[in-house]
Amino acid sequence: AFFWLVSLLLSSLVWFIAVKASDPRDERLQKGLLIFGVMFSVLLQEVFRFLYYKLLRKAIEGLVALSEDGCSPISIQQMAYGPGGSRGGMSGAFSMINLLADALGPGTVGIHGDSQLYFLTSAFMTMVLIFLHTFWGILFFHGCEHRRWWEITAVVVMHLAVSGSTFCNPLYVGSLVPSYLLMATAAAWAYLLSGGSAQNLRRFLLCK
Amino acid sequence: MITFMNNSDSEEEPCNERTSLMSAESPPVPSYQDGLQASEAGEAQGHRKRRTGSSRSPNNIADGEVSDSAVPVRERALENEEEELTLKYGAKHVIMLFVPVTLCMIVVVATIKSVRFYTEKNGQLIYTPFSEDTPSVGQRLLNSVLNTIIMISVIVVMTVFLVVLYKYRCYKFIHGWLILSSLMLLFLFTYIYLGEVLKTYNVAMDYPTLFLVIWNFGAVGMICIHWKGPLQLQQAYLIMISALMALVFIKYLPEWSAWVILGAISIYDLMAVLCPKGPLRMLVETAQERNEPIFPALIYSSAMMWTVAMAKSDTAARGPSQQTWDAAEDGRENHRTTSHADSQMSETRSPVPTRPITSFEELEEEERGVKLGLGDFIFYSVLVGKAAATASGDWNTTLACFVAILIGLCLTLLLLAVFKKALPALPISITFGLVFYFSTDNLVRPFMDTLASHQLYI
Repeated sequence: AFFWLVSLLLSSLVWFIAVKASDPRDERLQKGLLIFGVMFSVLLQEVFRFLYYKLLRKAIEGLVALSEDGCSPISIQQMAYGPGGSRGGMSGAFSMINLLADALGPGTVGIHGDSQLYFLTSAFMTMVLIFLHTFWGILFFHGCEHRRWWEITAVVVMHLAVSGSTFCNPLYVGSLVPSYLLMATAAAWAYLLSGGSAQNLRRFLLCK
Repeated sequence: MITFMNNSDSEEEPCNERTSLMSAESPPVPSYQDGLQASEAGEAQGHRKRRTGSSRSPNNIADGEVSDSAVPVRERALENEEEELTLKYGAKHVIMLFVPVTLCMIVVVATIKSVRFYTEKNGQLIYTPFSEDTPSVGQRLLNSVLNTIIMISVIVVMTVFLVVLYKYRCYKFIHGWLILSSLMLLFLFTYIYLGEVLKTYNVAMDYPTLFLVIWNFGAVGMICIHWKGPLQLQQAYLIMISALMALVFIKYLPEWSAWVILGAISIYDLMAVLCPKGPLRMLVETAQERNEPIFPALIYSSAMMWTVAMAKSDTAARGPSQQTWDAAEDGRENHRTTSHADSQMSETRSPVPTRPITSFEELEEEERGVKLGLGDFIFYSVLVGKAAATASGDWNTTLACFVAILIGLCLTLLLLAVFKKALPALPISITFGLVFYFSTDNLVRPFMDTLASHQLYI
């Protein structure tokens, strides 16, 4: 969560400088800068995820060296859940909390001609992002563990795609549907990587 | 409002000494091992199961039971265990401190957001005489720096005074001072707080009910903090008085002065705890030399402690090995009575199965909690509360500051596990908090606002 905050900080710093240095009246330039800001932020987030992975690796090695029987009390897979989840939680909180605070107050949704479903879609989008961050965490760490670069690039590409799809807003079908599809893919992939399989799933659902 | 602030310099006192964080593993190792030697003589096998420090992890019990006679072997095993315990319980300590700090901050933020009273400007403390309503920026900056200097010097003077009193064993005076200040906090500030909350929610309450409620709250609080009481109740009261104190600071400190004071006090904390002649360091060292705990009204402790009374009832249950115990018991008890009797918290622990245990080892075992000074609580909450009160980005900034402070606390605890001596808890957290506050307010907020208005997600 902290690392996500730091990456957010740095990316907004870059965007802020870019905005100040540019002409505030040019609409298209502003929009372009915004897009640039978003992409840069996504890339920076992934970089920080990688740095965090390195840090965790060191921590685990330290724990293993100190423990009696040479095996670490917590596996890297379990460790991947934590940061992924907290990162998702943090980004979700940042996205939603001002919205929620405003939702308490008086007002009408979409009074100026914007979409009426603003709150609802924001909620769904945030939820999908939180899940995605968790799954990406697992995939990313797994990729780093086993040195499979294609997994890591897949995560980065997925993140960029999801962020990019939000540019279609308020045409919600363009952003929500792909995001949910990607989330389903990521979920299945992460499940398989964590040792699950179709049989496990069936056994779980049938409560055997 | 201001008049009582004038003559209550005792209110300042609570925030002085509380800015240190120390591991409670400070009881020196020799007494631990003396306890071991003493108990060797009269003890049966079963007792050793309990002694080996890690009453919580079964593998270590097996380690401790290696050989009856080889005391050196056991001592070495215990040292290794201690190191590993430090790391294993490091995580546990972090959680044990996260919860109260979070609770305190939540209380402060909730109050700031809902009760208007604490964000209105109604005058200033006597300690910050320079006003910030000046026309020019330079003047305002100058005034805030002057305010800070005055405030910090007041704190330094109070701290030095307290340390001098402690060194010359004027315990009664210190106790009187602490009791007066917690009395004021518990009664007066609670009354004001309750009044404002009731006003905000437009709830009517008659004076007799009010009197009853506040009397009970205050009396139980005094007993809990200064004498004996359940651990969790004591912790709850300490959290509440920290929150009240933080709210007072948030209300009465002018804007820029507050930020400069936060920065200056973390520098002061760093120096006071780490410099050899620093007052806080001397306080901690003197307390450790005399093997006394620091006053409970100043420190939040996350672990439990046995009282001698508890151990004595166990001794009475043991028949034959009484003689070897008495010497150890008496020694420990004398130690305890020289320290202020009311600085012990008693904890009515659920009875351990009848294996008799020494008071030595139990006291050493249970003190494996971490202690955090109340001043740290107060200043963390002031930071987060000010962020909630004055930031235009509202919740994002507050959340960012909150996470920053917790991460700083984590780092500080990590350093504590590495260095194993008293460390200042303020600098790292407050630095992170300040950095994040200013950067989030000015940089992240416009970015997030623009993103939210276009409904883009990153």
